[in-house]
Amino acid sequence: MDYAQFLAMKQEIALLVVFLIVFLYDLFMPERSRRALPAVSAVLMLIVTAAGFFCDYFGVSAPTEAFAGMYATSPVIATIKNILNIGMVIVLIQSAKWANSEGMVMRRGEFYELILVTLFGMYLMISARHFLVFVIGLECASLPLAAMVAFDKSRYESHEAAIKYILTAVFSSAIFLMGLSFVYGLAGSLYFDNIYMALMGHNTKMLVVALAFVIAGIGFKLSLVPFHLWTADTYQGAPTSVTAYLSVISKGATAFAFLTVLAQAFGLFYSQVWEWMLYALIILTITVGNLFAIRQRNMKRFLAFSSISQAGYIMLGIIAYNALGVAAMMFYILVYIFSNLAAFGVIGAIENATGRVSMDDYNGLYKTNPRLAFTMMLAMFSLAGIPPFAGFFSKFFIFTGALQAASPAMYVLVLIALINTIVSLYYYLLVVKAMFIKDDECVIAPFRSACSERIGMWIAVAGIIFLGLVSPIYDSLIAIAQSSELSSFFLK
Amino acid sequence: MFENILIYFVIIPLVMLAALGLCRNIKQIRAVAVVGSLGLIALSTVVLLQYLDMRSAIDAAIAAGTATEQPAMLFTNTWTWFAPLNIHLAVGVDGISIAMLMLSSIIVFAGSFASWTIKQPKEFFLWLILLSTGVFGFFISVDLFTMFMFYEVALIPMYLLIGVWGSGKKNYSAMKLTLMLMGGSAFLMLGLIGIYYHSAPEGGQLTWNLLEIVDNDAIPHGWQQFLFPMTFVGFGVLGAMFPFHTWSPDGHASAPTAVSMLHAGVLMKLGGYGCFRVAIYTMPQAAHELSWIFLILTGISVVYGAFCACVKTDLKYINAYSSVSHCGLVLFAILMLNETAMTGAIMQMLSHGLMTALFFALIGMIYGRTHTREITEMGGMMQIMPYLSVCYVIAGLASLGLPGLSGFVAEMTIFVGSFQAGMADFLAGHGSLRLVFTLVACCSIVITAVYILRVVGKLLFGPVHDDHHRSLTDATWWERVSTVSLIVCVAAIGCFPNFFSNLIKFTFDPAIFSVLGLK
Repeated sequence: MDYAQFLAMKQEIALLVVFLIVFLYDLFMPERSRRALPAVSAVLMLIVTAAGFFCDYFGVSAPTEAFAGMYATSPVIATIKNILNIGMVIVLIQSAKWANSEGMVMRRGEFYELILVTLFGMYLMISARHFLVFVIGLECASLPLAAMVAFDKSRYESHEAAIKYILTAVFSSAIFLMGLSFVYGLAGSLYFDNIYMALMGHNTKMLVVALAFVIAGIGFKLSLVPFHLWTADTYQGAPTSVTAYLSVISKGATAFAFLTVLAQAFGLFYSQVWEWMLYALIILTITVGNLFAIRQRNMKRFLAFSSISQAGYIMLGIIAYNALGVAAMMFYILVYIFSNLAAFGVIGAIENATGRVSMDDYNGLYKTNPRLAFTMMLAMFSLAGIPPFAGFFSKFFIFTGALQAASPAMYVLVLIALINTIVSLYYYLLVVKAMFIKDDECVIAPFRSACSERIGMWIAVAGIIFLGLVSPIYDSLIAIAQSSELSSFFLK
Repeated sequence: MFENILIYFVIIPLVMLAALGLCRNIKQIRAVAVVGSLGLIALSTVVLLQYLDMRSAIDAAIAAGTATEQPAMLFTNTWTWFAPLNIHLAVGVDGISIAMLMLSSIIVFAGSFASWTIKQPKEFFLWLILLSTGVFGFFISVDLFTMFMFYEVALIPMYLLIGVWGSGKKNYSAMKLTLMLMGGSAFLMLGLIGIYYHSAPEGGQLTWNLLEIVDNDAIPHGWQQFLFPMTFVGFGVLGAMFPFHTWSPDGHASAPTAVSMLHAGVLMKLGGYGCFRVAIYTMPQAAHELSWIFLILTGISVVYGAFCACVKTDLKYINAYSSVSHCGLVLFAILMLNETAMTGAIMQMLSHGLMTALFFALIGMIYGRTHTREITEMGGMMQIMPYLSVCYVIAGLASLGLPGLSGFVAEMTIFVGSFQAGMADFLAGHGSLRLVFTLVACCSIVITAVYILRVVGKLLFGPVHDDHHRSLTDATWWERVSTVSLIVCVAAIGCFPNFFSNLIKFTFDPAIFSVLGLK
C-alpha cells in the first residue's frame, strides 16, 4: 500500500489531530483546566481553519484521488470544508457557556469529541467518490448527532428529539441504501465515475426509482419537504448549540455532497430525471417551510422552519447546474452559516441567562438588551435578504446562477422563490417587531452575556456585514467553481 | 474613488450615521442632522452648477466642431465590484437625476427640522439617514445591481420608522407597506436579472450598466414583452400604481411626519424614476407596445385616488390619496412617450415631492397640537394658528394648480404633452385610447380642487370647533424653517419653470429620444 496517499487527506488528518488532542486533554488534564476545553477546541479549530485558508487550501492545488479513486479532493472540496470549519469555530465558541454549565461538566468532553467526529463524517461525505465511503461518512455524521441531540439528559424534549432524529436518520439511511442497491443492480459498481459511464443510455424506469430513493434518502438529511417532519421537533428539543450545528454545518455539508453525487454519478440524467424531481422538491420546500414558519412562537421551531426554506434556496444552486450555481451555493452556505449562527447566538444567550425561548419573550428586548436585539435584527435581515447585509448578495447570486439557463421553467421557479422571500420577510419581521415595537410587562431583564457568547456573536455580525460588501470573497469562489472538476459535468 | 463628486452623496449620509453613533444628547443629534443635510444641499447645488457648465461647454465644443454630441450622462465613473458577474459601482447623472438629488436633499433638510422634538431621536435619525443613503445611492447609480441594492436599502428602514414612531394602526401599516414594496422588488429582481442575461448580443460581455445596455440594444423582442412588465410593475408598486397602491394611504397615514415627507416626497419618486430609467429606457419597443395596459392602470389611479381623497376625513389619508393621484399622473405622463409629457412628468415629480412634503409637514404640525387629524373635529384654524394655515392654503393652491406655483407648470405640461400624443395616435389611426385617458385624467384637476377646497374650508375657516383648540400656539422657529424652505422651492418651480425644463431638456434632447426612436 502506498502510504503517501494519506497525504491527500490532509484536512481529515488535521481534524483527527484536533479530535485526539481534545480527547487526550479531556482524559488526562485535571478538572480545573478542563474548563478550558471549549476554548482549546475552538482555538485548535481556528488554527485548522486558518491553515486551510492561508496555506493554499492545504496544498490542494489540483484534483487528487486516493485509495483507488474512492476518495478525492480538489480546491473546491477543500474550500467547502474550510467554510464548514469556519462555522464549526463559531459553534464551538458559542457552545462554551452551555458546555461549562452545571449539569454538563461530566459530559463536556464527549460533546466536543462527538461534534468533531460528525464533522469528520461530513468531510468524508464530501470527498467520497464511492458510495461505500459516502455511506460511511453519512452514518458517521448522523449517528453521533443523535447522541448530541439527547445531550440535555434531564429535559424530556431532548429525549423526544433524539428519538425522532435517530429513527428518521436510520430510516432515511435505509431508503438511501435501497436506492443504492438499485443503482448497483443497474451499473454494477459503486464508483461514481463507473456509474456515470455504465448508465450512459440507460434511461429506464428502474433508474428513476433508484434516483427517487437516493434523493429521498439525502432529502431526509437536508430536511427537504416532504421529508422534513422530524426537523421542528428535533430542533426544538435539542440543546441550542446542537440545533445551531444541525441547521448550518450539517445542512451545508449535505447540500454540497448532494451536488457531488448528482453531478458525478447521475450527471447524465440532469434534464431527463432529477432536474424535475428537484424542481418539485424546491418549490415544496421553500413554500411549506415558509408557511409553517409563520405560525411558530418558539424561536427554535421558528428557525427550524426557516432553515427548511433556506435549504430550498440552497438547492437552487444545484438545480442551476452551472459554475455560477456552485459558487453561489457555496457563498450561500457561508452566508447562511454566519446569519443563522448570529440568530442562534442570541437565542442561546437568552436561553442560558433566562431560560426563555418563546418569541413573545422577546417583546421589548431592544429596550433592555439593545445589542442582542440589534444582532438578532441583523441576522433576520440577512436571512430575509435585505441589503446591505450578506444575505441579499447570496440570494441575488443564487438567483442569478439559476437564471443563467434562461429556460422559462427556471424563471417560474425563481419567481416562486422570490415571492416566497416576501413571505419569509413577513415572519422575520415578526421577530424584529417583537423586539423593537412591541412592549410587555415581563420584558427580559438586562443581562450581560458571557464573553464566549459575545465573541461568537461579534464574529457572526462581522460576517453578516462584510461578507457581501467585500467582493473578493465571492470572486474567489467563482474562480474556484469555474476551474473545478465539477464543471466538466455541467451542460454547455 | 473620491475624485468623483457624486460618490459624496453616499459618503455624507454614511458620515452622518457614524457621527450619530457618537452623539450623546439631542442637541448634537440635531446638529448632525442639520449640518449633514445642509451639506447635501450644498453638494447638489455644486453638482447642478457644474453640470450646467459642462453641458454648455460641450455645446460650445459641438458648435466648434470638436465634439459630436452630448453624452447621455455626465460625471460618469465606474469601479469594479464583483468582477466575474461584471457588477460595478457605476455612477453618473443627467438633468433628471440632478433634479431628483436636489429634491431629496431639500426634503431631508426640511424633514430634519420637522422631526425636531421626536422621541428616541438617535435611532430615529439613524434609520432616516440610512433611508436617505439608499435614496441618494439610487439616484446616482447607473449600474442595475447597485441601483437595486440602494433601492432596497431605502425600503427597509420604513418598517421600523413606521412601526416604532408611527401612530394609529401602525403595526398593520408598517407590515403592509414593507411587504408590498418588497413584493414589487421581487418582480423587479427577476426583471433585472433577466435584463442582465440579455444585455449583450450573442457572445458579447453581459453588463449591468444602463448606458451600455442601451447602447447594445440587444434585448430580444420576445424577452422585452416579459421583462418590461416585470420591471414596470416592480417600480410601479412604489409609484403607487393602481391596483398596487393600497400600501400608500395606510403607510403614509401611520408614519411619523418626517417619514411621510420623505416617503411621499422622495421614495415614491424612486418608482417613477425607475420606471422611466430602467423599464422604458432599456426596453423602448415593449414600452411602446405595452404602454396601453399601464396607461389604463395609471389612468385609474389618477382619478380613483382623487375621488378617494374627496371622501376621506383624516387629513393624512386625504393627502395620501392625493399622492396616489399625483404620482399616478407621473407614471401616466411617462407612458405617453413623448418629450413634452415626459418633461411634465419630471416636473410633476419635483412639484409633487415638494408640495406633498409640505402638506405632510403641516399636517404633522397641526396633529402635534390638536392630537386629531379628523377634519370634522377641527375648524377655524386660521384664527388660531394663522401661519400654519396660510402655509396650508399655499400648499393646497399649489396642489390644485394655481399659476405661479409648481403644480400648474407640471400639470399643464403633462396634459399638453398627453394631448399631443393622443391626437397623434388618433390621427395616425392607432385608436383613441391615449386621447380618452388624457381627458379622463384631466378631470382629476377638478376633483383635486374639490377635496383641497373642502379641507381648506372645513379646517381653516368656519367656526372654531373645539374650545380647547383656542389655547394652541402657532409655529415654532424650526417649523417655520421647515415650511419656508419648501414653500420657496414650490414657488421657484412655479416662477422659473424654464430653468427646470432646460435642465431636464438636456437629457431628453439627444440621448433618450434617439434611443426611444421617437424623435
